[in-house]
Amino acid sequence: MVDKPSDLVQGTLDMLILKTLALESMHGYGIAVRLEQMSKGVFRLNAGSLFVAFQRLQRAGLVRSEWKATENSRRAKYYVLTDQGRKRLNSETREWGRQVAAIARILEAS
Amino acid sequence: MSLLRSLSDGLRSLFRKEQVNRELNEEVNSFLEMAAEEKRKQGMGRKQALRAVRLERGSLEGTKEVVRSAGWESYAETVGRDLYFALRQGRKNPGFALSAVVVLALGMGVSLTIFRFVDAALLQPLPYASPERLMSVNESNAESPRWPLSYPDYLDWQRLNKSFRSLDIYNGSGYLLQTRSGATAVQGERVSGGFFQTLGVRPMLGRDFSPDEDRPGGPNVAILSYGAWLHHFGARRDAVGLTVNLDNAAYTIIGVLPRSFSFARAGAAEFWVPINTLSPHEQMRTFYNFWGIGRLRDGVSAREALAEMSAISKQLQMQFPTSDRSEGASVVPLSEVILGDVRPILLTLLGGAGLLLLIACVNVTSLVLVRSENRRREIAVRGALGASRSRLVRQFATEGLLLAAFGGLSGVIFADWLTKILWRLVPKDMAADMPFLAGVGWNTHTCTFAIAIAWMAAVLFTAAPILRLTSQQPGDGLVNGDRSSANELWQRLGARMVAVELAVAVVLLTGAGLLGQSLYRLLHVPLGFDPDHLASVEVGVSATGTEKNQQTVALYREILRRVSSLPGVESAGISSMVPVQCNCPVDWITFPGRPFHGEHNTVDERHVSADYLTMLKATLVRGRFFTDTEDASKPKVVVINQALAQRYFPGQDPLGQRIADYEGGRRSEREIVGVVADVREGPLDSDIWPAEYFSINETQDPYFSLTVRTRQDAGAMLPLLVSTLHQIDPDLGAFHEMTMKEQIEDTQTALLHHFSAWLVGGFAAMALILGVVGQYGVVAYSVSRRTREIGVRMALGAERRGVVLMIVRQAARMVTLGVVVGLLASLGVSRLMASMLFGVNSYDPLTFVAVAVILAAVALAACYIPARRAARVDPMVALRYE
Repeated sequence: MVDKPSDLVQGTLDMLILKTLALESMHGYGIAVRLEQMSKGVFRLNAGSLFVAFQRLQRAGLVRSEWKATENSRRAKYYVLTDQGRKRLNSETREWGRQVAAIARILEAS
Repeated sequence: MSLLRSLSDGLRSLFRKEQVNRELNEEVNSFLEMAAEEKRKQGMGRKQALRAVRLERGSLEGTKEVVRSAGWESYAETVGRDLYFALRQGRKNPGFALSAVVVLALGMGVSLTIFRFVDAALLQPLPYASPERLMSVNESNAESPRWPLSYPDYLDWQRLNKSFRSLDIYNGSGYLLQTRSGATAVQGERVSGGFFQTLGVRPMLGRDFSPDEDRPGGPNVAILSYGAWLHHFGARRDAVGLTVNLDNAAYTIIGVLPRSFSFARAGAAEFWVPINTLSPHEQMRTFYNFWGIGRLRDGVSAREALAEMSAISKQLQMQFPTSDRSEGASVVPLSEVILGDVRPILLTLLGGAGLLLLIACVNVTSLVLVRSENRRREIAVRGALGASRSRLVRQFATEGLLLAAFGGLSGVIFADWLTKILWRLVPKDMAADMPFLAGVGWNTHTCTFAIAIAWMAAVLFTAAPILRLTSQQPGDGLVNGDRSSANELWQRLGARMVAVELAVAVVLLTGAGLLGQSLYRLLHVPLGFDPDHLASVEVGVSATGTEKNQQTVALYREILRRVSSLPGVESAGISSMVPVQCNCPVDWITFPGRPFHGEHNTVDERHVSADYLTMLKATLVRGRFFTDTEDASKPKVVVINQALAQRYFPGQDPLGQRIADYEGGRRSEREIVGVVADVREGPLDSDIWPAEYFSINETQDPYFSLTVRTRQDAGAMLPLLVSTLHQIDPDLGAFHEMTMKEQIEDTQTALLHHFSAWLVGGFAAMALILGVVGQYGVVAYSVSRRTREIGVRMALGAERRGVVLMIVRQAARMVTLGVVVGLLASLGVSRLMASMLFGVNSYDPLTFVAVAVILAAVALAACYIPARRAARVDPMVALRYE
């Protein structure tokens, strides 16, 4: 189980959050749960790293936020991917794919 | 875009703290609640679920703290809080803050000021195109490493050399400018045609000299300096093309030089004319009158150029063996010639200012240390309450930075003020010879310097207390306040710093003592005449030419008759130059009947009226002075000084002997009729040269000095002299009216000595005050810390006298250390200063002893006060103390 962002590959948390938001806007807990589900429990994030990442993404203009009611009629802050965020997600995904492929080639070479 | 958002978002967190905090709280809380809800669905109890979430996801407060401290605004907030705290500390303890800032401002202000002058003179390049390629190119001989060129030599050097892209000459001159309101004397400079091109300067208006204007017999043209354009032509655009009357000849103005142009060696020359009219002297190969400058070709070094010019000089000597054999060439950078005189004095001053800055910093550091010592308990408490070491370090750094910033700012203001004061002390004539000082001000160099010294000070003020306080365990401070072993360490450190301050003060005091003594010696060198109650004015006669010669002598007589009859004038005389100015102009003499091998027998040459030497109260040793009737029609006679008699007529009677020279290519012989005791013709700090005096009625100079001895204040006579001259002839130029005292004090030698002595003296006085105050502070502090110990000693029977002695003895140890180290350092420093000293040995024992005694006495007096206070301690009070 990984619970510290430093254990994630550096810089991937932001990309993963953007990916999570690509389908629909979501509140903090929803994002955490979605990441856990999609990673089959590998990424369990603590609140601190998650919210710091939100603040960072928001300040970079990649996401914006709005207060809404949840399905359980609780007030929560929902994060929405901006156009800029969507572009960044695309470019980062491409870059990621390129790097992973390259790393794989190196590892297979020997 | 995102930077902007980050900024506005951060600012919102800073200024709408409440709201942002509430939102974060709600958001994180809802996150944790949702997580807990999940757990409860899995069957946990509410409390248990919350606990599990806290473990898994982190606590509410912890998360909020992490998020808050992630943005830049949290850093800014800490810095702000540190700043606020530091400012409050300063307000709580205004004595400390004020004295630290004042001391720092003093040290930084002085060194900044001096650095600005150093920068303007030594660091800024000369205002010409690639100034490093510009060389001063001259002859040299056995007497002088740099000797002017003769015109024929110049032409040959220019023709034969391959090292220089261009070679030009210049030579100062003066003119009478005829204006509607009469004649005024103006400074001019004669230059060869390519002079401005060689410097890489182009006229701002009009044009440079053309080749035909450069040739002998070319038309009379002039280029104006910016100043002349402004003052004589009201900055009129159409000034170019006008004609001016200089020395009764019409000159056409062809150009105006840019405002930024200056040439130190020409002073404030206003009219620049081409060298196209040569006097008969100037056409001779042995009349050395022109200074040369050259621009090196690319790839040629100064040494290669020197080698070539020396070879050319040798070749010319073979060809024209009239001159002496010791002649060679000199090629040195132009900057060397322009700045050579001021470099040592500026570097000395910079050194002095640096030492003062050092003292100031040490002083403030010890203040900071004393204060941090007093705050040790506070720091210990903060440490115990969980402030991290880096947090404490940051607090100190903030305080150090703040102190250095305030000190630096006040220093900058002080420096501006001080620069203005110094500027005002430089006489105008001298300022004209140092145009490079006009660049004094704020630029990249000086700003960098200011920031660098402030930064260094900040580091020092931060590092000192941190090193001091982190060398002990936090527990120490809590347990026993201040009477720990660390206290002894501090005392030793404080004592060492005071010793440093005292040592620096010793160095500065010694320097000031030596410079002060050499100033005194300089102003008291024997002059050979009585300088009191003498007033003089320079006079120019515009009417020249052979037919006017009889008129010139008549004019001398008329002037002397009218001036002598003025009320308050005792006697009057005329001379080609007043004394104590320059070992120039010179004459090369030979002795008929003695073998001559082309050696240079250089003597000062002066032309004087019959009563001039009597008026000066110079002593006649043998023979007689001139009579008024001795003019060009009579047999030529000469009066010599004792130095000439001793050098060239040792053990003989010079009276009746003859000396000869070549004037304008004609050999003339004169009979010696008198010997005068040496009158100081050259500068104060030079040896007395041999001198010869001719009758001015014979030489008939169109430019001369009128000097009168007055009964009362000489200065009051000056306007009357000028108006009398203008009554005699309104076209006479009368200028530079001054008393002899002013003349002497305004010489460059006297001024440089005055300057260095007063400035270094001022530095030394400040250093003494700072050092002694530092000494007082350390002793007073250590006494206050030892109140209890002293109380115990007295309760056990120690006498008051004994207590005083004990404290003074301990202080004496650091005073001795400081003085000894300072004296050793002074030995080295005074040797560096040797070139600036006059008439005093750089190891002058009197100065060293006096400085040691004065400093020791003052420093010990400074610790006597706190020592006596300690001895007055009531043992009972002291024992109860804290």
